[in-house]
Amino acid sequence: MIEQVAEPLPTSGFEKVVLELEVNNHPGVMSHICGLFARRAFNVEGILCMPLPDGQRSRIWLTVFADQRLEQLIHQLERLVDVLEVRRHGADHEVFVQLERFFQ
Amino acid sequence: MMTMTGAELIVRLLEQQEIETIVGIPGGAILPLYDALSQSKRIRHVLARHEQGAGFMAQGMARVTGKPAVCFASSGPGATNLVTAIADARLDSIPLVAITGQVPLAMIGTDAFQEVDIYGMTIPITKHNFLVRSAAELLEVIPQAFRIAMSGRPGPVLVDVPKDVQNQLVTFERLPAPAVPDPLPPLDETAIAAAARLIDEAERPVLYLGGGVIHADAAPLAVTLAEQTAMPTTMTLMALGAMPVDHPLSLGMLGMHGARYTNFALQESDLLVCVGARFDDRAIGKASQFCPEAKVIHIDIDRAELGKIRRPDVAIHGDVKAVLQALLPRVRAQLRKRWLSHVASLKSRFPLVLEGRDDPRSHYGLIQAVAKALDDDAVVVTDVGQHQMWVAQAYPLRRPRQWLTSGGLGTMGFGLPAAIGASLAEPQRTVVCFTGDGSLKMNIQEMATLAEEGGKVKIVLMNNQSLGLVYQQQNLFYGKRVIASNYRRPTDFVKIAEGFGLETLDLDHSEHPEADLAAILRRPGPALIHCSIDRERFVYPMVPPGAANTEMIEG
Ligand SMILES: Cc1ncc(C[n+]2csc(CCOP(=O)(O)OP(=O)(O)O)c2C)c(N)n1
Ligand SMILES: [Mg+2]
Repeated sequence: MIEQVAEPLPTSGFEKVVLELEVNNHPGVMSHICGLFARRAFNVEGILCMPLPDGQRSRIWLTVFADQRLEQLIHQLERLVDVLEVRRHGADHEVFVQLERFFQ
Repeated sequence: MMTMTGAELIVRLLEQQEIETIVGIPGGAILPLYDALSQSKRIRHVLARHEQGAGFMAQGMARVTGKPAVCFASSGPGATNLVTAIADARLDSIPLVAITGQVPLAMIGTDAFQEVDIYGMTIPITKHNFLVRSAAELLEVIPQAFRIAMSGRPGPVLVDVPKDVQNQLVTFERLPAPAVPDPLPPLDETAIAAAARLIDEAERPVLYLGGGVIHADAAPLAVTLAEQTAMPTTMTLMALGAMPVDHPLSLGMLGMHGARYTNFALQESDLLVCVGARFDDRAIGKASQFCPEAKVIHIDIDRAELGKIRRPDVAIHGDVKAVLQALLPRVRAQLRKRWLSHVASLKSRFPLVLEGRDDPRSHYGLIQAVAKALDDDAVVVTDVGQHQMWVAQAYPLRRPRQWLTSGGLGTMGFGLPAAIGASLAEPQRTVVCFTGDGSLKMNIQEMATLAEEGGKVKIVLMNNQSLGLVYQQQNLFYGKRVIASNYRRPTDFVKIAEGFGLETLDLDHSEHPEADLAAILRRPGPALIHCSIDRERFVYPMVPPGAANTEMIEG
C-alpha cells in the first residue's frame, strides 16, 4: 500500500541477444511466454515460431534487448510448465539474419 | 474398458487424489460436474456464499495440511470472483486446484452468456492453467494440475472445463495413477560445501527463514541448524511458527514491523543464511541497505528467486529440507558466545514493547488473553491491517502451519473463509480468526457458511471503526489528511453475527473479560468476539516507506 521503492528500470547498457525456446505446441503457450516479457517491460524485438516436425512441440526464436535481469527472466521462462528448454545465443545468430529480407 | 462423462471422470480423479472436501458455488456452466459430484460417496461439498470465500476456504484447507485443495465455480462471474483468492495463493505459494465451468466449446469467443476468458485472465496469477478441449484430455489434465500445484514451489492451478466437455462421453482402459510431486532437484554438493564453509567461518551469522521452510516441512531441521551453529534466527511473516517465539535463538519477525533489535542484529550480521525466503520489500526495506556487510547464502526450490533481489555469494537450488539435511552434518557445532551475547544486549536495549499487554481490552492485551486461553494446537488466522501486524508481533506462535495469513497479496477478507477452511480440514483444532472491522465486511457472508458447518471457529473482531492501517499511514506520511479511512456510522457486528446464527461475546460490555473470553473460546461451535479498539493505536515500530530497516520510527 505504501510506495515500494526499487531501483529504476535500466535505460542503458542494453545488449541484444537471441533466445531459442523449445515449447509444447498448443494454444495458450504464446500468451504465457509473451505475458512474462510484457509484465517486466522487456523489449521483444523479434519473434518467430514454428512447429517442430513431430507436431507436439514448437520452437520459438526471440530477439530481446537484455539487461541484468535477463538471467532471472530466463529462469522465469524455464519455470513455465510448457517451456521445455531455453538456449541463449548472441545477437548475430543466423535465424533472424536470413529473415531480414522479408522486412525491407 | 470404462465409459463415463467428463464430469464423472473429474469426480473419479478427484476421489483418487484423496480429496475429501470441495468448496464452491454452482451455476449453469458447471451443473454437469455438480450432478456427478452428487453421486460421490467420498467427497463432501461445502457451499460457500461467494466464490472468493470458496477460494479462501480451499486455501485454508491447503495451508493447514500442506496438501492441494479444490474449489469449484461456474463460468463468468463465478470464475472472476475466484480471481483474488487465486492471486493470493500464487503470491503465498499455496497449492490450490480451481475448477471452473465454461460455456460450450463452440460458443467460446462469441460473448456467450456468462462467458469470460478465465484462462487468459489467470495466466499471470496461476502457476499453470488449462482450458480443456475434450473429455479425454481430462485423463491427463487433472493429474497434471495436482502434480504442478504440489511440485517444487507450490502454487495455484486453474482448470477451465466447457460444459459440453463435462457432458462428453469418454472411453478408456484404466484411470491414470494419482499425481505425485516431481522428484526433488539433485543436491548441489559443491554449493552445500561452500555454504558450510561460510557458516563455519562467519562471526555474526543470522538465519533468515521464509515461507518455503513451512511448505517444505523443514522447520525442525532449520531449528536444529540454528542450534548446532548458534545462529540467531529471524522469520518472515510467512515463516512465523517455524521456530517457537520463545526459543532462545529466535529474533522474531524482521522487516517493516519487526522489533528494533531484530533489524539491528541483521544490520550487523556478516552472513545471512536465507532459507526459502525471497527478500520481499516488506521484509528487507531498502534493498541496497539491507545487511550491508553480510555475505549471503540463498537456498530455494525456485531457481528464479536466486539472485532476483540480492546476488548471493552461495546460491543453492534445491528442496530446502533436503539441503538442510545435507548441510547439517557438514557444519561445525559452535557456541558463538560473543555474537549471541551482543544480540542479547541489543534485545534488552531495543526490545519489542507490547504496550497494554495486561489489559484484555487493548490491542496487544486481547491477543495475549486469547493466546493464554488456547494451546499450541490452535490455528491462528488473520485478516489484513493493523490487527494482522499486532498479532504477528504478539501472538506466541510455536508450530509450523499454526499461522495462516495473507502475506504476499495482503488481501482483506482472507481471514474468515481461510479460518473456516482450516476448521473443515482439521475440525479437532480451535481456529481463531483475528479480524478488523474493514476486513470482516469483505467476506462477512461466510458467517452463514460457518453457522451451517458449525466448526470451532472463533472470530475475534478488533473494531477500531476504521481502515486502521490506512488511517495510520495518512497520519504518519500524508500530513494527517485523513480521507476515506474512517467509518462514520458504527456497525452492530454482534447483531449481524447473531443474525447469521453465531454465538457472540461483546467484550465492551463484559465484567470479566478474561474469564468470558476463555469460556467462549473453550466452548464448541463458532462464535464472534467483539472488542472495541482505540483508533489512535498504531503499529510500531515501523520502517517508513523507502527507508532502510534500521530507520524505524516509534510511537
Ligand atoms: C482487498 C483489499 N482492499 C484494500 C486493501 C488496503 N488496505 C490494507 S489494510 C486496510 C485497512 C484494513 O482495515 P481493518 O480490516 O479494519 O483492519 P485495521 O487496520 O483497522 O486493524 C486497507 C484498506 C487491502 N489490503 N485489501
Ligand atoms: Mg479496523
